[in-house]
Amino acid sequence: MSAVSLITVAPEHAQPRRAHWFKQAALMSGLVIIAIVLFMVIAAPLLTSYNPDLQNLNVTLQGPSAHHLLGTDQLGRDTWSRLLYGGRVDLEVAFIAVLFPFILGTVLGSVAGYFGGWVDLAIMRLVDIVVAFPFYVLIIALVFVLGPGQRSIYIAITVVGWVSYARIIRGEILVAKRQEYVLAAQSGGLSNLRIMGRHLLPNVITQAIIYAMSDIVQDILAIVTLSYLGLGIQPPQPDWGTMIADGQNFLTTHWELTTIPGVAVVIVGLGLSLIGDGLADLLRPGES
Amino acid sequence: MIGSGAAVLGESGPVLDVRDLHVEITTRRGVVKAVDGVSIDVPRGEAVGLVGESGSGKSMTLRAILGVLPPEARVTAGQVLLDGTDMVPLPTSALNRIRGPKLAMIFQEPMSALNPVMRVGWQIAEGPRVHLGLSRSKAAERAIELMRRVGIPDSERRFRAYPHEFSGGMRQRVMIAIALSCDPEVILCDEPTTALDVTIQDQILRLLAGLCRESGVSLLFVTHDLPVVAELCQHLAVMYGGQIVEQGPVAEVFAQPMHPYTLGLLRSAPDVEEVRSSLVPIPGSPPSLITPPPGCRFHPRCGFAEADCQVEPPPLRLLPGGRATACLHYERCAESLEAEEAAR
Repeated sequence: MSAVSLITVAPEHAQPRRAHWFKQAALMSGLVIIAIVLFMVIAAPLLTSYNPDLQNLNVTLQGPSAHHLLGTDQLGRDTWSRLLYGGRVDLEVAFIAVLFPFILGTVLGSVAGYFGGWVDLAIMRLVDIVVAFPFYVLIIALVFVLGPGQRSIYIAITVVGWVSYARIIRGEILVAKRQEYVLAAQSGGLSNLRIMGRHLLPNVITQAIIYAMSDIVQDILAIVTLSYLGLGIQPPQPDWGTMIADGQNFLTTHWELTTIPGVAVVIVGLGLSLIGDGLADLLRPGES
Repeated sequence: MIGSGAAVLGESGPVLDVRDLHVEITTRRGVVKAVDGVSIDVPRGEAVGLVGESGSGKSMTLRAILGVLPPEARVTAGQVLLDGTDMVPLPTSALNRIRGPKLAMIFQEPMSALNPVMRVGWQIAEGPRVHLGLSRSKAAERAIELMRRVGIPDSERRFRAYPHEFSGGMRQRVMIAIALSCDPEVILCDEPTTALDVTIQDQILRLLAGLCRESGVSLLFVTHDLPVVAELCQHLAVMYGGQIVEQGPVAEVFAQPMHPYTLGLLRSAPDVEEVRSSLVPIPGSPPSLITPPPGCRFHPRCGFAEADCQVEPPPLRLLPGGRATACLHYERCAESLEAEEAAR
């Protein structure tokens, strides 16, 4: 590799990244979808005048109308209102839930990859144990043991979710720690902690961030599934999973009660996946 | 134990004294004796060149001195004395107080030796922050000052640039600034100019030489480029197969090599002043360091080899004038040079 080629290639490579991120169709459409959804759930009080928990037994199981945009459920609660407030809870829990495994997995993955040896062996065997169980089996079992509720969701998702981050970060660190700048940092008398935190992590964290985007989708699905099974968000708090479960009984006559929250889950999942894909294309070196 | 000549020592004694260093690398095919009994003195304020082919153990020697060997390699014997303190048995925490403020290193590839996602200014400022306990702003000031000293123009603005925004020569200047950032006593250089254009090479060498004179830093300069050694160093050690085969003052070794390997190196290097009709390559390839040849490691490739060369490894013998050679028949080199002269 000659010095000359590096000079000319580097700036060209750096330029399109910043200049053309908005030309990424996937990223842009994902961002638009999620922005609209976020706006709707955050501005819920402005978009609906109904209390999502308010029962009105005079207007049960109505179709869409001027009063109730998406109709009402079996207890006369406004479906549109429940959809917005339910989304609020689900998205909030999902965005918080993705943080804990991200942090835990990144720290343990870095330690395993950087130090190697028995530390690596111990952490990776732990990963193998968690991976050996199907995702939902372990999550449902954990929430069942811990008792339903948001706290249990966070714990269960963290316990099960960190392994993917640990694997990704460990792999990246294994490659990165062979780089000469790590040797240079060691030669400069920097501590291992500093080398990991200041030199290695900024170089490898991208992959974990990309994965986190698709992980949020999985977390939303997990939360909705748990709520559907009655283990997640507890009534009377509205939530998409509970809405789907409640609407099930009226599937033959009022299919929209189940379909509407289902479509909401699909739209959010699609938006986040598009962002994840777009980010991956944008941030992965050599693919721009 | 191989000792170097008394004349190599400066008046105040060597700042870095490597004694009988052995490094072994465990591989699937066997144990490689990458460094096999190397002794080097680096006098205070002077530059020592360490020359040899790829795979002769030069870089391993440097990494062993710094204590940053790859996990499969380890020091099996020997001492690395820095100001009289043996660094080999020290734990990492103690080494981290030496690496940077006393002993620094400059790498071959300035691109890969800089962190691609960290602003160069902060990479320079990191050492002073950690080792000298400077505040963020004081360390940044020092970094800008260092960038100016190593000849990076517009250093206030370039402080915030990333490595990919620099050219190869400028990156190597950044590396030099990092090495100088904590005022070390010795800088180890691992072929710092090999990856650069010839014109840039010269600038970097002049810069290094100037900085050493200014601040009294000693250099241990590893390279396979003989003209570079001639330009920068006062002393020269030639490595072959993990061992030092010849040592002495640069000018004298160049004028009159006393080991056939050194002679071969000189003959295979292009020379501008004295255009030879053709370059003479050294026949054969470097020895296996898992099962080195018996006797002198160079004998299978040596034109002067005789039966006694194959019997026992020849020791590095001291000669007058601060020189040393590991060749049993080193007079042959002089004879060969004279014959060449006569033929012309």
